[in-house]
Amino acid sequence: MASAGLLDIGAFYWLLAAFLLYAAWRNASDRRWMHAGFWLVLALMFAGGDTILAARKGGNPLPAQLAGIGVIALGVLAIRMRREPHAEAPAALRLASAQRLGHWLFVPALLIPLLTILVVLFGPKISLAGRPLLGNGSATLIGLAMASVIAALAAIVVTRQPAIAAPAEGRRLLDTMGWAALLPLVLATLGGVFAASGVGDGIAALVSAVIPTDSALACLLAYAFGMVLFTVIMGNAFAAFPVMTAGIGLPLLIQRHGADPAILGSLGMLTGYCGTLLTPMAANFNLVPAALLELDDPNAVIRAQVPTALPLLLVNLLLMAALVFR
Amino acid sequence: MNYWPLLGIAIVVIGFVVRFNPVAVVVAAGLVSGLLAGKPIGELLALLGESFISNRALLLFALTLPAIGVLERAGLREHVHAWILKLRGMTLARLLIGYLGLRQILSMIGLTNVAGPAQTVRPLLAPMSEAAADKTFGAVDADERQRLLALAAATDNVGLFFGEDVFVAIGAVLLIQGFYAQNGIVLEPLHIALWALPTAIAAFVIHAIRITLFQRALLRRRADG
Repeated sequence: MASAGLLDIGAFYWLLAAFLLYAAWRNASDRRWMHAGFWLVLALMFAGGDTILAARKGGNPLPAQLAGIGVIALGVLAIRMRREPHAEAPAALRLASAQRLGHWLFVPALLIPLLTILVVLFGPKISLAGRPLLGNGSATLIGLAMASVIAALAAIVVTRQPAIAAPAEGRRLLDTMGWAALLPLVLATLGGVFAASGVGDGIAALVSAVIPTDSALACLLAYAFGMVLFTVIMGNAFAAFPVMTAGIGLPLLIQRHGADPAILGSLGMLTGYCGTLLTPMAANFNLVPAALLELDDPNAVIRAQVPTALPLLLVNLLLMAALVFR
Repeated sequence: MNYWPLLGIAIVVIGFVVRFNPVAVVVAAGLVSGLLAGKPIGELLALLGESFISNRALLLFALTLPAIGVLERAGLREHVHAWILKLRGMTLARLLIGYLGLRQILSMIGLTNVAGPAQTVRPLLAPMSEAAADKTFGAVDADERQRLLALAAATDNVGLFFGEDVFVAIGAVLLIQGFYAQNGIVLEPLHIALWALPTAIAAFVIHAIRITLFQRALLRRRADG
């Protein structure tokens, strides 16, 4: 392909696979077998990702089935993985280094967001020697991945640490998070399986069977709480929106009671977001930060969000009731 | 209609409530729902594997860990701490409310991935919050520190969620517009986005009040004790 991009997201999946493999190897030499096995299975699945999807598209389900067995293996290994953080560099050393390097330490840290923005804004327009800079995959993801790599190199240069410090320190953080790092991914997988198994249709049918459809307000409340409930269950307002709007919003609120679709859609989605603040199923927002910050209670972030989410939900309900049927 | 696949949801809820390992619970729920929907084992395994691989972008954030790890080893958190202590007039509430507003505005113009738990909260906002708390309250105990870090992570989420819906070119607004278009209702994305503004303002006000109350409660605890 002459027009193939120079930077494909696939290259970064290979890099991630290599990082996971390194983490597996280091854990194996520390005799932490569960961690080693977990990262190894994951490394294989990231390395084989494109092959698996291509084979499945070509009608050969075997690689995808093996990946399915891999997912089950990850679930089994996760049960036995205990969180035992690795020792950090001594505090005195870190303090001395902080005083020596000062604001220089911010440069690599800020490179991650800055480079991501630059790639998102300008990446799609750049081409080198007749080939576009960006290949398959969203500009945001390629930008984030590329920014991470450059930031790691910059961190090595600025702090004058040996290059091996990058994967070694990365592995320390990865092990600290453990299986929690994988939760967003398995939850999204569950979303795919639920959708293919007709779970969403079942819920929509149940909800619309129990509400009094003659009352516009009852329909509105059912729609709003349905969005919250379904988001809490699926961990994602994007998954809840099509189900609830197709089941209640469109036939009952818009077509029967004359609701404004733009206002209903916008406020409906935001009502779902209130649900996202409440649920462990939204692992990437709620459980991953708790793991990254090494909090004792995995639900600490959710607890901190409940008192914001509930008043905001009330405000949203009032806005809906006041605006939707104008 | 076959309602049996809904049992998968029950498994998730029960599993989370009894605090069984979430990864195992989620995988089990998927298997149960698929089997109850009448899928043959081979097809279910392929569905599970394909669905997992298709979503693998969700682990890409792990690529940020090496840079963060190296910087932490070189004293990033210690430096942030010392720097915040030197800033005049910096309190915990001012720091978090400022971050909330900035995060909302960045999300509104589409820069949602600029910040996040791995990109900014762990390396920057968490040590800044700890330092600001030390400055505001003298010192914090272990329990207060945990609540403080959780509040910082929550602030990042609130800023993201209730900013991004105002941006027209990605995510939520396009999903809403696309859904309606499929059903024969044509809307302008900007029209949808504007109706997210009242909630965005309410989210800022409510969360800012909570941050202020948190700071006041900790200050009062010191005045009483």
